[in-house]
Amino acid sequence: MTVILGQMFTGISIGAVLLLIALGLSLTFGQMNVINMAHGEFIMAGAYTTYVLQKSISSAGISLLVALPVAFLVSGALGALLEWLLIRRLYLRPLDTLLVTWGVSLMLQQLARDIFGAPNVQTRAPDVLTGNITVIGGDDPLTFANSRLFILGLALAAVVALALTLRLTPLGRRIRAVVQNRDLAEVSGISTGRVDRTAFFIGSGLAGVAGVALTLVGPIGPTMGTNVIIDAFLVIVVGGIGQLKGTVIVAFVLGVLQSVLEYSTTVSVAKVLVLVAIVAFLQWRPQGLYTLRTRSLV
Amino acid sequence: MTTTPPAGIKGRFAALRPAAGFAVGAVVLFAVAPLALSDFRLGLLAKYLCTAIVAVGICLAWGRGGLLTLGQGVFFGLGGYAMAMHLKIADAGPGNLPDFMQLYGTATELPWWWQPFANPLFALAATVLLPMAVATILGSFIFRRRVKGAYFAILSQALAAAFAIWLIGQQATTGGTNGLTDIQGFFGYDLDDPVNQRMVYFIIAAVLLLLIALARQLIHSRYGELLVAVRDSEERVRFLGYNPANVKLVAYVVAAGMAGLAGALFVPAVGIISPALIGIVPSIELVIGAAVGGRASLVGAVLGAVGVAWAKTALSEEFPAAWTYFQGLLFIVALAFLPGGLASLVGIVRRRRRSSRPADEQGIDEKAPVLPVGEAV
Repeated sequence: MTVILGQMFTGISIGAVLLLIALGLSLTFGQMNVINMAHGEFIMAGAYTTYVLQKSISSAGISLLVALPVAFLVSGALGALLEWLLIRRLYLRPLDTLLVTWGVSLMLQQLARDIFGAPNVQTRAPDVLTGNITVIGGDDPLTFANSRLFILGLALAAVVALALTLRLTPLGRRIRAVVQNRDLAEVSGISTGRVDRTAFFIGSGLAGVAGVALTLVGPIGPTMGTNVIIDAFLVIVVGGIGQLKGTVIVAFVLGVLQSVLEYSTTVSVAKVLVLVAIVAFLQWRPQGLYTLRTRSLV
Repeated sequence: MTTTPPAGIKGRFAALRPAAGFAVGAVVLFAVAPLALSDFRLGLLAKYLCTAIVAVGICLAWGRGGLLTLGQGVFFGLGGYAMAMHLKIADAGPGNLPDFMQLYGTATELPWWWQPFANPLFALAATVLLPMAVATILGSFIFRRRVKGAYFAILSQALAAAFAIWLIGQQATTGGTNGLTDIQGFFGYDLDDPVNQRMVYFIIAAVLLLLIALARQLIHSRYGELLVAVRDSEERVRFLGYNPANVKLVAYVVAAGMAGLAGALFVPAVGIISPALIGIVPSIELVIGAAVGGRASLVGAVLGAVGVAWAKTALSEEFPAAWTYFQGLLFIVALAFLPGGLASLVGIVRRRRRSSRPADEQGIDEKAPVLPVGEAV
């Protein structure tokens, strides 16, 4: 019994990481329709920010807390810069944004390699997060890793913050207006260019936050973004473009599926089976779990 | 070739142009290159030509059909592994296990899915048919449900990732991260012998020319027109009574077969196939050449693939960091500012020179070799 519960928790924690990574994408890919392959490198930028901060701040706990907003700003600024330099020229050619931003991601990876060196580095987790919580004691104990619980909390907080921003703030209204009808928004006096850049800032900033979280579960290296980005894109595709609800549900479902399949087969076979499951799912719902209702033919 | 003929016989010259270009290509590949290049350089060229073969398929699927397939590495790998498995079995000799299996000692006899590859005919057929079969299954699932554009690109990329991870995980039967290495013979010929290496080069060059001719026929057939129509306006094609899913499927499957063949030829030319050659990064790198040269133009895609592969060898060994920056920049400049690739420069220059002729291109620049529309059926 505890084995099953333990596997469930592993799955949920994989899902939480996926969710954090995919959250920023649901804004830049889902809302803005830009396939930003450099998103993975913004995650990497967040992770390295944590690493640098820990070099200068001795307390691991404080440096982690400082890293969250700083990483948000660093990655967000990178995202806004990218939007301003390249992406705003490419809004009508989503497939080309994929390849162009992949070129950007190559350069950012090399930049990281030149600055921090090719080998992976590691940060110290604060003492609070290194332990486990024992949920069921006895001969057959069930324990949850504190760092995983922290990531779960962080992911949920980020989802709530993003949802509230989109739903309640003037900025969120403007973003939704631009997504739904760019031309109408423009003639209504919304500066769509500025809204685009702000949305990109937030989406990329969330990647930075995800990067901070990833330092708790793995090493930091120049290629860390590439390893996670595809999974995050799949979450968006299966969840439905621009659907926060879909992103959240699918991240957890895929996390649990991955964990269960890994338990019953191997890691590599599980990856293949998850992909097969996704293709099968798209047969049933080609537009993803949730879709905007529309009468458009495309 | 670039001289402008007098106006009267211009049409006739234009019709001859592809044939002339083809002849020039054949002379360069079969006479100039083998004479001018050392054995080592010729071996490298053989490797580049393999990526050019993949680029022919990418030109068809992406340039013409708008299907950005970022998973060509999968098909390249399927072809490559099918060939390498046969060559490994042949190298080991009858009754023996391939060397890496003996090393790991996990398998006492050939795994069941290796056994058919002992047959050379089966293996040869599999190098092309296996990728095509996988593409057919996957493509029909994806296109039938109208999964397209970015979704398709991401799924094809995920496929490349999953395939590479699976290969790495099956250490005992696929060689894991190392892949299948140290291939010595090619259907009874010793690959260490430079004469046989030359033979491999000639085979690759011939296959490339053959596939270019095939792709050209496809592009200029009615099917080719339909493919471009699906790329530009899928709904209109559907209203006209065609099924866009089938049109796309054919392009995807043909491109997969070409990539498989390229992978199969890559193995004797280089002597190795491994997951590092077929994952996400190499899969995208296969696309970059076609993008830089010109995705919609066969000549552009092929020359771009060879050029970028050459630049990679020339630069990456001496300045690995500089090459990565350069590669990234190449991507950005080519796609953001010159979406038709270098091949579109020819058209832009020509249009500027004869500004009297109205240019009515729209969308991505589509400078295919000029040919009367509907000439071939």
